[in-house]
Amino acid sequence: MEGREIMFAAFALVIIVFSALTVTSRRILRAAVSLLFVLIATAGLYFLLNYQFLAAVQLTLYAGGIVVLIIFSILLTSQISQKFEPIEWKKALFSALAAIAGAIVVITTILQHTFAADTAAAMEVNMHVIGKSLLGTGADGYVLPFEVISILLVAAMIGAIVIAKKGSPFKEEEKNK
Amino acid sequence: MADFGYTVWILIVPFVTFIVLGLFGMKLKARISGLTGTLGLAIVTVLSYATAFRYFLGAGLADGIYQKIIAFNSTWLTLTDRLHIDMGVLLDPISVMMLVVISTVSFMVHIYSLGYMKGEKGFERYYSFLSLFTFSMMGLVVATNIFQMYIFWELVGISSYLLIGFYYSRPSAVAASKKAFIVTRFADMGFLIGILILSFTTKTFDFVTLTDLNGPAITSTGGAVFLGMSVMTWSMILIFVGGAGKSAMFPLHIWLPDAMEGPTPVSALIHAATMVVAGVYLVARMFPVYYFAAPEALQIIAWVGAFSSLFAAVIAMTQTDIKRVLAYSTISQIGYMIFSLGVSGYGGHEGLGFMASNWHLFNHAMFKALLFLGAGSVIHAVHSNYMTEMGGLRKYLPITNITFLIACLTIAGLFPLSGFFSKDEILTAAFHHDKVLFAIEYLVAGLTAFYMFRLYFSIFHGHDRQYDHTPHESPATMTIPLIILAIGSVFSGLLPFNRLVTSDGAPFESHIEWSVAGPSLIIALTGIAIAWVMYRKENTLPDRLASTFKHSYKWAYNKFYIDELYLFITKKIIFRRISQPVAWFDRHIVDGTMNGIAWVTQTVSNRIKGLQSGQLQQYGFVFVTGAVALVLFFIYLIK
Amino acid sequence: MNSGIPLEYYLIVATIMFFIGVYGFLTRRNLITILMSTELILNSVNINFLAFNRFLFPGKLDGHFFGLFVIAVAASEAAVAIAIIINIYRRFTSINVENVNELKY
Repeated sequence: MEGREIMFAAFALVIIVFSALTVTSRRILRAAVSLLFVLIATAGLYFLLNYQFLAAVQLTLYAGGIVVLIIFSILLTSQISQKFEPIEWKKALFSALAAIAGAIVVITTILQHTFAADTAAAMEVNMHVIGKSLLGTGADGYVLPFEVISILLVAAMIGAIVIAKKGSPFKEEEKNK
Repeated sequence: MADFGYTVWILIVPFVTFIVLGLFGMKLKARISGLTGTLGLAIVTVLSYATAFRYFLGAGLADGIYQKIIAFNSTWLTLTDRLHIDMGVLLDPISVMMLVVISTVSFMVHIYSLGYMKGEKGFERYYSFLSLFTFSMMGLVVATNIFQMYIFWELVGISSYLLIGFYYSRPSAVAASKKAFIVTRFADMGFLIGILILSFTTKTFDFVTLTDLNGPAITSTGGAVFLGMSVMTWSMILIFVGGAGKSAMFPLHIWLPDAMEGPTPVSALIHAATMVVAGVYLVARMFPVYYFAAPEALQIIAWVGAFSSLFAAVIAMTQTDIKRVLAYSTISQIGYMIFSLGVSGYGGHEGLGFMASNWHLFNHAMFKALLFLGAGSVIHAVHSNYMTEMGGLRKYLPITNITFLIACLTIAGLFPLSGFFSKDEILTAAFHHDKVLFAIEYLVAGLTAFYMFRLYFSIFHGHDRQYDHTPHESPATMTIPLIILAIGSVFSGLLPFNRLVTSDGAPFESHIEWSVAGPSLIIALTGIAIAWVMYRKENTLPDRLASTFKHSYKWAYNKFYIDELYLFITKKIIFRRISQPVAWFDRHIVDGTMNGIAWVTQTVSNRIKGLQSGQLQQYGFVFVTGAVALVLFFIYLIK
Repeated sequence: MNSGIPLEYYLIVATIMFFIGVYGFLTRRNLITILMSTELILNSVNINFLAFNRFLFPGKLDGHFFGLFVIAVAASEAAVAIAIIINIYRRFTSINVENVNELKY
């Protein structure tokens, strides 16, 4: 067994176990922490795939940003001490059936399909290449999605602020009358 | 052909009066509306008399035969190019005679009502309805085609309904008006079916065409046969059913005694002189068709008339309400008229029954109206309808007494009053046709004399009782019509009807056959004598006779339980066996199907709406399952 | 450099993570836990993209950048979702998903 395979097995195990814990944990904080571990393991998988930049972004944004955001929202909605009630078994059963059915379908498809590998030379993905591609306007430039994403981020920021503002517009008008 | 176009005003004037009094009557003073109505009728009477004089004294004659003159005609509704419904005025001997009858009696009733209905609530409404009735009846008799006659037939029925139910706050009056309308309407169903069959066979509604001796009605032979009688016979019988309903022949007579709930002048006008003779008029109008194309119908008509007159006379002998006695007397006399048409022939002296029937109609209108108005005068004085509460009124009501007596003598048929002549001609016609029918009618003549004089003696002689308040003679507005009608009934017998109103329009010679007239006088006098003995002075003879013949008396007093029989048939048989199952079917199956469809829709939608529960995770579940299913579908089923 | 780990292994891990996320989405009652399940789903998709890019198209960077953008979108979507959850909390004082059911029949 090579080191890579051991590492892959470890990451895979962490992902599977902790994602299962995320969806079944009865305490919300434990679910959040399990999510954190899943995200870290995913970053590890990215490292295995040689995408270091993306792994770093994953760790920064996901693990460092979104999970923190989730924990803050848990605090804001006073959920932190609550213990969840068990789910009614019918709901769990049907959902599990749906999920398992879907999983079986997809996995069988994957296993039956022969993936044709492209035998072109592997590209070295370093910051230089990423930067050039991200803002490149040529045939392999990604500046358009880049700009679109920035607009999306602005919109999301404004939207989040407006929605989370205290007092709905209607109530404010009533207060002003 | 002289111009009789002005006769259309005979119809227009009462109609206008009806509208004016109906819309504005409440705003006018009562007296004004009464006078308006009476004035309208005065105009109508003058026009009718003028028409009659002109027609009978020459304008209607052509080659010595009275013609049918179309004075006015306008096509109202065209159904096909040959079949159309017109509105028009047809003048021939019987319609002109009826114009005189209706206008005279109506005019007298209008004047009489000024006094009788004075102070009544709804005085204006009364006069407006009287005008409506006059308009409808005039339209009926001058109709040029059978459909117009049917339309006015129904209008007359409505006027009768409105006037019988005039005292609408009395439940008995309301019930009586409904009964009258429903019974006559039921008979009119037969009338309508008869009209339809007739017009289908002969392709026309028009009277002139129908009664034409060379026309399609009479010459169409070899028509379809249904249950042994020809189609023409069936249609004429059905048409007679309509006439029998209006004329209160057995078994459709039940409405007429109850119609006495209306005001007495109304009874005089409608239920004695004019509306109830509409059936007689109808048969007379269609007489050539009856005689030539449907002689079996004439047989049936004769028997129905004879039976009705006997039936009604027997009942009249026991009734104590004076208006009911007069009502049954009307049924009996109309039975005479119908019967007379049934035994008549056609042409010249053969048409004696036809002439006699119309003559009796004319006379009967006069004396029956007189009897009713006189009864109204008595009721007005004594405030009661029952002869058991009257007696000795000759001292208090002299004019009423004399006129009533004249009317009773007329109806009994004493020479030389009018009733004698017309009744004898009827009996003569019967004698030459069928002896059995003659015997029945001969008996009825005696019974008529008996019960009329029973009525007369009980009211004006009999027991001299003390009244709470002294009865007084009626005012002039009431007694003058009585006098005029009395004069009319005395002298109308002297009119030469045999020259004026005959079955084919040609005058013929007629004379009194004393072999028939003599015995009829004798039986009339016998009836009067028996009534004299029993009722002139108060005694116990009537009660002893009643208790001796207890059973028959009870049956006659209760009108032979015909009303109870009708009630049984309608309630137990028609309502319970037929109407209720049909209603159940309609409510549960027809409605039930509709409700069932709605229920199914609602239940299904209730079940389905669970899909839109608003629950996010349910949507997600459906989404995932659907996506998996689609993937499977596309991979494995669509290669 | 895949060095021995076949592509299918990555894909299967991603698939399992995806369907665990689906199960969590359909089962959990708390809105925030539903959000966490959504994040699981997005992450599994990301793994897929990158695995395909490395194994099937080593000379291009499409999958790499798409993954980047997915991360960006997931972040902004999480932010907006949290804002909504806070608003719902203000209205209902609980963030049970069964409360948010007014778009119904």
